[in-house]
Amino acid sequence: MDTFLQQLANGLTIGSMFALVALGYTMVYGVMRLINFAHGDMVAASAFVGLTIYTQVMGQATSLVAVVAIFLLTAVAMAIVGIILERVAYRPLREAPRLSAVVSALGASLVIQNGIMLIWGPRMRIFPELVPQVYWDFGGVVISMIQVIILVLSLVLMVALYLFVEKTRIGAAIRASSIDQDAARLMGINVNSVIALIFIIGSSLGAVGGLFIGLYYRGITFNMGWQYGLYAFIAAILGGIGNIPGAMLGGMLLGLFNAFIAGYVSSTWADAFTFILLILILIVRPTGILGERVAEKV
Amino acid sequence: MNNDVLFEIKDLEVSYGSIAAIKGISLEVHKGEIVTILGANGAGKTTTMRTISQLLKAKAGSIKFKGEELTKLPAHKIVKLGISHSPEGRRVFGVLTVEENLMLGAFSQSKMDRETLAWVYELFPRLQERRKQLAGTLSGGEQQMLAIGRALMSNPEMLLLDEPSLGIAPILVKAIFKQIKEIAKKGVTVLLVEQNAKAALKLADRGYVLDVGKIALSGTSEELLASEKVQEAYLGKKH
Repeated sequence: MDTFLQQLANGLTIGSMFALVALGYTMVYGVMRLINFAHGDMVAASAFVGLTIYTQVMGQATSLVAVVAIFLLTAVAMAIVGIILERVAYRPLREAPRLSAVVSALGASLVIQNGIMLIWGPRMRIFPELVPQVYWDFGGVVISMIQVIILVLSLVLMVALYLFVEKTRIGAAIRASSIDQDAARLMGINVNSVIALIFIIGSSLGAVGGLFIGLYYRGITFNMGWQYGLYAFIAAILGGIGNIPGAMLGGMLLGLFNAFIAGYVSSTWADAFTFILLILILIVRPTGILGERVAEKV
Repeated sequence: MNNDVLFEIKDLEVSYGSIAAIKGISLEVHKGEIVTILGANGAGKTTTMRTISQLLKAKAGSIKFKGEELTKLPAHKIVKLGISHSPEGRRVFGVLTVEENLMLGAFSQSKMDRETLAWVYELFPRLQERRKQLAGTLSGGEQQMLAIGRALMSNPEMLLLDEPSLGIAPILVKAIFKQIKEIAKKGVTVLLVEQNAKAALKLADRGYVLDVGKIALSGTSEELLASEKVQEAYLGKKH
């Protein structure tokens, strides 16, 4: 029972990080039908940007205000990088065949990854201890303050995003653009602005995810975006790519699955089982758990 | 008919790559008119409509609405000027509800006009009955009503209707055409593209016949109905 509860807590923590990153993949896919392969590397870059803001801008302060400022500044910085990425790597290829955009995405991924290596070096860096190491022991189940913060903040961001997309005017413009771009234009929706907004939202959520990864795992490397990006990408597919609640659900499920395999089977095998899960889900439900919403009647 | 020109196309040319689809057409629409563009498949009707809305860019020529040149504007700015487009194939947002579709129709307005919504529901009561239903689950005719209703939500001065009869049960076509007349009576100018020439000419004040990217014929509806060419090509045999 202890193992179960412990892995449940761990699974929800890593699951919420996967979910935050998965949202970036799924939102871009939703509107552009494009897998932004550079997203994982953007997430990795966020951890390094956060590190630099901590040392260079905040003077290594770890007060609550300073930590909040680090999160906000990193999110803003990555949002700007996201806009530039879309302008440079994707917009010129909007009308080009799908494959060109995919190749461009892979290229952008390499550029960002190597950019991180160029700026921060190829060796592992240690992410600062922004949150005090406080642990609570509930009869054998240990939960850290970092875990609580990651889980709560992720849930808050996801609920906020969901409400924004479902209930606001701009959210309606995002949904319309993801269904039919030309029809959206006829409504007076500026689809270019919607796409820029998607990159802003996706990149800043990814930035928070990247900072969480730094906080939780401590060691950050220039190429870690590949690994976490892949997990988040699987989470997005698991839930149904293009589907926002799907990415949240997929992230959580993947985190839990991973934690339980690590707890009950072996942590070395967690990745292998994750991919087996992915293959099984794709065989049984190719559109993911929630799937792309379809209500067409011919 | 008065001489108040609301909308004017001059020497418009549109190409898909190297293939010319519209080869220099000119037409005008006066305030309060219903004008129809007739023509067979591939004549360039939908291309013309999409170019007016700037979903396609003109290669040459001008499109003016109330004196303002449209060809330099991005597509999303057109509806704000007072031109609303109900596209070919309806293009309703299938996974959104009827009501959400109508609200999106009012996107260009600072806020949704309740009176307009009430009017749309009055024109097409079925939409009100089904307002919580996903648009994709509606029948073709109902989707067409929704596409027109959605276009009306921006309170347009001119309404572009692209093949509202396409793939729809004849009884619903009749109902929809009747409501188009109602819409025009409210002062909305209508530019109607149709393959169903008979129904369109019965409704319209004037018409243009488009033939492989050129205007082959134009005149009042009576003139066109009486014209041998039109009778032969579009009214003669049912197909």
